[in-house]
Amino acid sequence: MKDFILEFEKPLRALEFKINELEKTPQDGNISLEKEIAKLRKKAEKMHRDIYSKLSRWQYVQLARHPNRPYTLDYIDLITKNFIELKGDRTFSDDEAIVAGLAHWGERSVAIIGHQKGRGTKDNIRRNFGMSHPEGYRKALRIMRLAEKFNLPVITLIDTPGAYPGLGAEERGQASAIAENLLAMANLKVPIIAVVIGEGGSGGALALAVADRVYMLQYAVYSVISPEGCASILYRDASHASKAADAMKITAPDLLKFGIIDEIIEEPLGGAHHDPGLVAARIAETVTGALDELSTMTYNERIEKRIEKYLEIGEWNEG
Amino acid sequence: MSPWFKRDSEKLSSSGKRDMPDGVWIKCNSCKEALFHKELEENAQVCPKCGYHFPISSGEYVRILLDEDSYSEQDADLRSTDPLKFKDSMAYSDRIVKYTKKSGLNDAIRCFSGTIEDRAVELAAMDFSFMGGSVGSVVGEKFSRAVSRAVEVPCPLISVSTSGGMRMQEGLFSLMQMAKVSAALVRLANLPQPFISIITNPTTGGTTASFAMLGDVNIAEPDALIGFAGPRVIKQTIGQDLPEGFQKSKFLLEHGFLDMIVERMEMRDTLINLLGLL
Repeated sequence: MKDFILEFEKPLRALEFKINELEKTPQDGNISLEKEIAKLRKKAEKMHRDIYSKLSRWQYVQLARHPNRPYTLDYIDLITKNFIELKGDRTFSDDEAIVAGLAHWGERSVAIIGHQKGRGTKDNIRRNFGMSHPEGYRKALRIMRLAEKFNLPVITLIDTPGAYPGLGAEERGQASAIAENLLAMANLKVPIIAVVIGEGGSGGALALAVADRVYMLQYAVYSVISPEGCASILYRDASHASKAADAMKITAPDLLKFGIIDEIIEEPLGGAHHDPGLVAARIAETVTGALDELSTMTYNERIEKRIEKYLEIGEWNEG
Repeated sequence: MSPWFKRDSEKLSSSGKRDMPDGVWIKCNSCKEALFHKELEENAQVCPKCGYHFPISSGEYVRILLDEDSYSEQDADLRSTDPLKFKDSMAYSDRIVKYTKKSGLNDAIRCFSGTIEDRAVELAAMDFSFMGGSVGSVVGEKFSRAVSRAVEVPCPLISVSTSGGMRMQEGLFSLMQMAKVSAALVRLANLPQPFISIITNPTTGGTTASFAMLGDVNIAEPDALIGFAGPRVIKQTIGQDLPEGFQKSKFLLEHGFLDMIVERMEMRDTLINLLGLL
């Protein structure tokens, strides 16, 4: 994978580069050089921690969109066994912006559905940058129904800039496809768990994320409209995206505080791409725990609880 | 017998016209014809010349659909708070006050319990004049309560939507209202009671992508803009002009997302017919 440095990580990378260079020079028992390297390492560690302890919301967005961030298929590969991808909505086509299939999640057979971004231009065109057309949501719904039939829990991985805004998408009922999914997921007989692994972009994200439990990776974001979109409407200028990200409070810690998500799954310093295996293990553990809990309930109890949970979301004054 | 050139009726006097208050005449947004205010009112705010449907309020829609004196407003006192302390050019809390003053409404939806030809119904009707009919916690809660009442009675639910989508000033709380109203609708969907969704101009974004598209029967007013993404966004994305009639009622009917297009004046009779069958 090509290295990709975020603006705010540049001083750290410069320092790491310097350490690397020093390490390459012949040491010959040069104690002062070794000391210097050790000192710089400490400095780099501290810098890393400092940067990540006070990330701005806009920096969260950059991390959530980091091109090296693990995507749905990466986690499927790291977490599950015997994954079999299932394709097509049986109506129009197969939308590769969403992947779906069956796999072994630990001991369990599960259905997995997730948005899939591409790596590099060619792959991204194939995946439409993770922006689904209606057929993607309809494929997802088809797999949820399949899961229901075979009594398999559904796990969804959320990572999309949003539902695709195009001619064909509107012609084939983008709104209707999303709406049908919301209703179906609220009423799904099997347990359903959503993990926002990167970008939770508006209705396109929610169309896979009405769930018994909603988790977010530490540096994932989830918002009603992209910060750029919000900025271009409210501030008439997309370059105010950073301001919009602050105003909309779109990070995992924000949303945990609001009680909209259930738990944050921690990422290593620097983001999930620094240790995908570790993050995969943490996702596996959290989701498995939730499945253990949810599988003790009857499907009626689960559905009622799910509905009640969503009915409680919102803040208003009365009287 | 008075001379033929002398007027014998006050009604014909020209002086009366000069004293008429502003707003007696209104120009049709579509055919530009000058229309009598009263004429429009009697025609449910539809241009008698070209059929253009003027936007109307929830208050006007309830009068058109429900039996006279049969209805009472529900949950009128719910008001938005500002959970995010959101501020753009103006604080959201101030914006709410501004729109409340300007529109005389507490938020973008009003809900009524009433009857149609003596059959109990719940009606949830939106107002575009309150922050572009955007959906935040109050709209989500009021809609969900209307669904709950319909489940409890049990009786049909009718919604009239007009909305620019979710209210970004409430951040993810507003996105979650899409899930909330859909979750509420599950309980009604499990009963043999109809949910009829009437969609009016314009209805876009998360409103279309939740309850507006979830009717057992979806009805649109003529020539309403209905879609997920707004035309401006799509135009930007594809970089070319949109075809004529794109995202209009007829377009949605042709693509299979509406059961019918019904003129406002026929809406009540259509509902009576439908409810008689369901």
